Amino acid sequence: MKRRVLSVLLATVALGSTVLSAGCSGKQDAKETLTVFNYGEYMDPAVLDLFYEETGIEVKYEEALTPEEMYTKYKAGAIDYDLLCSTDYMIEKLIKEGELQEIDIDAMENAGNIGDKYWEFSQAFDPENKYTVPYFWGTLGILYDTTKVKEPVDSWNVLFNGEYAGEIIMQNSMRDTYMVAMKALGYSLNSNNEDEVNAAHDLLVKQKPDVQAYLVDEARDEVVAGNATMAVVYSGEAYLGNQYNEDLAYVIPKEGSNVWLDSWCVTKQCDNVDAAQQFLDFLCREDVAEMNFEYIYYSTPNEKVIEGLSEEDRANEALVPADDATENCEVSVQLDPEINDLMNTQWKELKAE
Amino acid sequence: MNKLKGINKRSWLSTPYLIWIIGFTVIPMAVIFRYALSSPEGGFTLANVAAIADPVHLKAVIFSLEIAVGCTLICILLSYPLVLALRRLNLGKRGFALFVLILPMWMNFILRVLAWQMILSNNGILNLLLQKIGLEPVALANSGVAIMIGVVYDYLPYMVLPIFNAVSEIDEDIIDAAKDLGAGGFTIFRKIIFPLSVPGLLSGIVMVFVPSMTSFVISDILGGGKLQLIGNIIEQEFTKSMNWYLGSGLSVSLMIFVLISMAFTMRNDMEGKGSAIW
Repeated sequence: MKRRVLSVLLATVALGSTVLSAGCSGKQDAKETLTVFNYGEYMDPAVLDLFYEETGIEVKYEEALTPEEMYTKYKAGAIDYDLLCSTDYMIEKLIKEGELQEIDIDAMENAGNIGDKYWEFSQAFDPENKYTVPYFWGTLGILYDTTKVKEPVDSWNVLFNGEYAGEIIMQNSMRDTYMVAMKALGYSLNSNNEDEVNAAHDLLVKQKPDVQAYLVDEARDEVVAGNATMAVVYSGEAYLGNQYNEDLAYVIPKEGSNVWLDSWCVTKQCDNVDAAQQFLDFLCREDVAEMNFEYIYYSTPNEKVIEGLSEEDRANEALVPADDATENCEVSVQLDPEINDLMNTQWKELKAE
Repeated sequence: MNKLKGINKRSWLSTPYLIWIIGFTVIPMAVIFRYALSSPEGGFTLANVAAIADPVHLKAVIFSLEIAVGCTLICILLSYPLVLALRRLNLGKRGFALFVLILPMWMNFILRVLAWQMILSNNGILNLLLQKIGLEPVALANSGVAIMIGVVYDYLPYMVLPIFNAVSEIDEDIIDAAKDLGAGGFTIFRKIIFPLSVPGLLSGIVMVFVPSMTSFVISDILGGGKLQLIGNIIEQEFTKSMNWYLGSGLSVSLMIFVLISMAFTMRNDMEGKGSAIW
């Protein structure tokens, strides 16, 4: 009891002194804060505390669920966000709208921890690597039950050859599902060629009777539970699925697939660019990147972290895709508006079949 | 004078309601109408509202109608025997039976639908039971039947409760009198119970038909994304295609459709009351 009273007293004193010192320093250097906008559950909260301890910069942390929600909130302008973490195509949009500031990546001490491969991926939406710092990435592939397939899966064709009719789950998302068909036909997933999109559509219409369901979050669970043999899922989902059911395997088909990349960028509203850059540098530091990796378990672009992984984790395709597996992969970028409209219409038709 | 003050005070009490209605019904509706009647480039257009006639959208509307009409009919067929059985129970048992009926509504709606997904899936509880008793498993998952089961399960209480209220108000003496005059069970139902339950039936129809027509969560979860109600298309226009104009336009045409069917029901309601008086 005595100790509890004491600790309460101490806490009060400590709180008082931080308030006081904050008040004092506030006058001197206008108390530094950063407003950071990220996806939910996408950073270890301890990282923010560590950053405050080391730099004295306080991070106001805001979360969103989807890129679209993030964009809408950012555009609404109610909060001045300094830094935000978003996905490739949304960043492309922000860059085109002139919403971002250049980052001095050469000045960042730890930027070298990010592998060259990921800076190259970034060039799909940030051609000169000026605006973004890679954070996490992953692929789209097939999660399948090894006990139910006759031979190892290595091609998108298994989804279209009718062999697993009624046992297939596709993504309930337009671009992801079209990507599968485009890649199966050997086209680019960013194709703006109307004939190629039409061919992909025909293939998907033909496939629909074989599809058990178009799902997003439940796709993994259905394979885990044995309700379906295979599903098109994101690599992070596949890693978790494998934790639940050891018989599951994940493959990035040989025709190539979609690589997604979430990156950090600095908004044009940010006044304190130095602090923002300090934060980005901090995120690339090995120990911090490792904390985040162990919290999120998506693929990290931080090569120092990958080197430190266990043998087993490094061999896991869902966690660390091999270089040759991602050779044919592409980052998806915004399509021409006409092609996008065409795809939207076709997607509705497909779902209405 | 005192009376006047009392009235003034009472109308002041409605302020929170007014703020609520204006903030969360009137203004959002105005925004929806603004989007529905304009094109992305600006300027007035009816194209978004007329888009309901597009074959893909029309197909979804027809499927929604099938689900809504089917769900309403099944709910009615299930409700009457239940209500008649409830009528015969003594007060305590009746309270308990109603409690059991309402109990699932205390659980989250999404959870209940997800539970059905578990029951109906290929390796689900239903097929497990069927196999245990030596029957063939059924492939109900991700089908129209699954959606129908989901909507009926979710909206059945909204049909039972108003009909039950109407039926429980019927004076026992009327039924006794009918019995004295030699009416059988079915005649009593046809000539007394059913006509007197019509007001409850009509509000039940409105409360079941409209939400099952416009729902999208149930069809999304139980239809496996393969079957679309018009609600799903509207949802996609807002969240996926980012076309708020078309989404609003389709919402407005759906609203008009629902209003027409409501007006139809209301007119019948008045006729119903008339015949009840006669």
